[in-house]
Amino acid sequence: MTMASDIHTVPTDSLKTRADAMFRTKRLWSFGLPGLVLLYLVYAFFAFDLPGLIDRARPENGAILMRDIYSYKTHVERDNRTGEMSYAIEGERKGEYPEGTRPDWVTVKGDVTTVEMPDGHEVRYYPDHVEYEIPGYGTISARSEGRGVEATYPDGPMPDYISAARNRVMVVTDAGRVTITRNRTEVFRYFTGWELFFFTLDSPYHGLSAGELLSRATSGEAGAIWHDFWQNNMWRHADVAWALFETLLMAFLGTFGAALVALPLAFLAARNFTPLMLVRQFFRRIFDLCRGVDALIWTIVLSRAFGPGPMTGALAILLTDTGSFGKMFSEALENVDDKQIEGIRSTGAKPVQRYRFGVIPQVTPVLLSQVLYFFESNTRSATIIGAITGGGIGLLLTQAMITQKDWEEVTYYIILVVMLVFAMDSFSGWLRRKLIKGDDGGH
Amino acid sequence: MADQTASGAGVSSSAQIRESYMAQTRRKRLYGGMILAVFVALMASGFITADARNAGGFWDGLHQLGAFPAAVMSEAAEKITDLPANLVKYFPALVETINIAAVSTLIGAAGGILLSMLATRGLARWPRLIPLWRRIMDVMRAVPEIVIALVLIFVLGGGPVPAMIAIAFHTVGALGKLFSEVNENASLKPVEGLTSVGASWTQRMVLGVMPQVAPNYLSYALLRFEINIRASAILGFVGAGGIGYELKNAMAWGIGRYDEAAAIFLLLFVTIVAVDQIGSHFRDRLTHGRKEEVLA
Repeated sequence: MTMASDIHTVPTDSLKTRADAMFRTKRLWSFGLPGLVLLYLVYAFFAFDLPGLIDRARPENGAILMRDIYSYKTHVERDNRTGEMSYAIEGERKGEYPEGTRPDWVTVKGDVTTVEMPDGHEVRYYPDHVEYEIPGYGTISARSEGRGVEATYPDGPMPDYISAARNRVMVVTDAGRVTITRNRTEVFRYFTGWELFFFTLDSPYHGLSAGELLSRATSGEAGAIWHDFWQNNMWRHADVAWALFETLLMAFLGTFGAALVALPLAFLAARNFTPLMLVRQFFRRIFDLCRGVDALIWTIVLSRAFGPGPMTGALAILLTDTGSFGKMFSEALENVDDKQIEGIRSTGAKPVQRYRFGVIPQVTPVLLSQVLYFFESNTRSATIIGAITGGGIGLLLTQAMITQKDWEEVTYYIILVVMLVFAMDSFSGWLRRKLIKGDDGGH
Repeated sequence: MADQTASGAGVSSSAQIRESYMAQTRRKRLYGGMILAVFVALMASGFITADARNAGGFWDGLHQLGAFPAAVMSEAAEKITDLPANLVKYFPALVETINIAAVSTLIGAAGGILLSMLATRGLARWPRLIPLWRRIMDVMRAVPEIVIALVLIFVLGGGPVPAMIAIAFHTVGALGKLFSEVNENASLKPVEGLTSVGASWTQRMVLGVMPQVAPNYLSYALLRFEINIRASAILGFVGAGGIGYELKNAMAWGIGRYDEAAAIFLLLFVTIVAVDQIGSHFRDRLTHGRKEEVLA
């Protein structure tokens, strides 16, 4: 830009050399910078031990996870010592079929229980042994024997989906999984969908169609239907809704609490309202401290004092954001127009009145829009802080993940969190537009 | 509002104007007061609810607030001679945390640039797909990092890579949105010029748009780097490596290892403040430099 003014004074030759030099520098930068970035990424490749990671990765875990997201399994289990049968969805107590009922793909004839599986697979429980019929292979027969399992297989080579050991026989096929040990025989059959999402098996409304439910609801059972759905102890809709509310509460209390604390302090840190450098620097350093200590450390320190829960999370957000808001607010306050304040002063207003009527109306739209931005992003942060401090949907999410089997619940929670963040996103966007527009109309 | 009352001045007496002005002021005050009352009620009831759900109450905990920092400080003060050794011991973990943040910012910025180009009107490769790219960025921004990190830890095992991928994923969405806002202000003339000489879409973007927006991109990426350092420290706490993981271990040991916790606190604090200061200095220069250019 400065070159344009030099054109008349500098001879063309030196101008050309200068331009050449500039091009050289530019070329160096435009090739050097990507090169540096590439070098750094190569360093990071080895620093993160990516080759080792490929060894350590467990893709089968990923496969389990993916399958669990869209499907569920029903366990049919026999205790080989007592002969007692049990049927449970996901093998959980709360998914058990009530006494005397069983899935319709299990038939009992005399003392033989037959489990039908897809692709023509069939498992038959006899009082003293188990037979597993695999189409195209034959029938495996197994009985508990002394300290292990005695199994006989059809002739020919053993397929690799059967893992046979002295104390455990396991067959894993696309149709399901059969495990036979001395103490119990288990059959897993997989189904697509999220099981018992609306009603558990002990509810009279399980398995009814939407139309039937609607007609029952209109004939006075709406309360009972809602109760059975809301108190569903497999998916715990009531708890999940409460957890979502708790997450939102943390974000709300933290963000707006921080704004309330930061606003008066920001006056003390703004150059035009606090002429005393010492006071100003003191408050600025406090803001830096709040921001620098970071939500993680605040969460740890606060949870020692207040224990786990939403209050701790809210306070952690409050402290961190007080720092951020203090800095941003004081910058906004330094940019206010003095004329309006002088006008108010000319009417004989006291300092508090000057701030209220001369300053606040000027900065409100800016501050509110910043606060709303933070509210939105804190909804997400509250999930993470909740996971550390133990509150809200973050806690449910980590709990479901740590068990490493309820991936369908994890998926459900993730969808809910994303929807919550989306909702906050559009709500705060709407409010921001409304506030800024409303402000324009006022002037 | 003021115009309307003023235009009515010709027909109505000043007493009426005054009356209507006072009525408007009263109504405005009433609405303001109502919003304030609702807000205060929300804050108070929210506070009470959160307090009731917390394991320890707010007022019980308030006087214990200093107990834990005091315990850490006193133990650190006792073993002050170990402090340099501890700082050296945990320095590699800090470097790992910074590496996670840096790599994820670089990858996230690269992805963000691509997505933002695809999602900006006038620049998009396939204009019909703009809403799709925007939705993708929204989803990437909305998924909390911890979710992706925990899923990846299950599949890939613990370490820095799950955290890096999780943060990069979020960064793509966040930077993509900011970058596309920058792109909207870019002049289309260089792009048109390049189109007229037959440049491909990639060439138009790299040669026509990038030079215009690079300073803003860089400034946003620096801001994101600061945020990502915090995020990578937090993710370490849930098992994704780096200084957060060491902090969790030191905390789990409890009394007797607080000197190490103090060293980690110190490292983390200094890093965050340093990156914050350096970043804001450079960002200031980037935006300030641009202003000068505009003025010249």
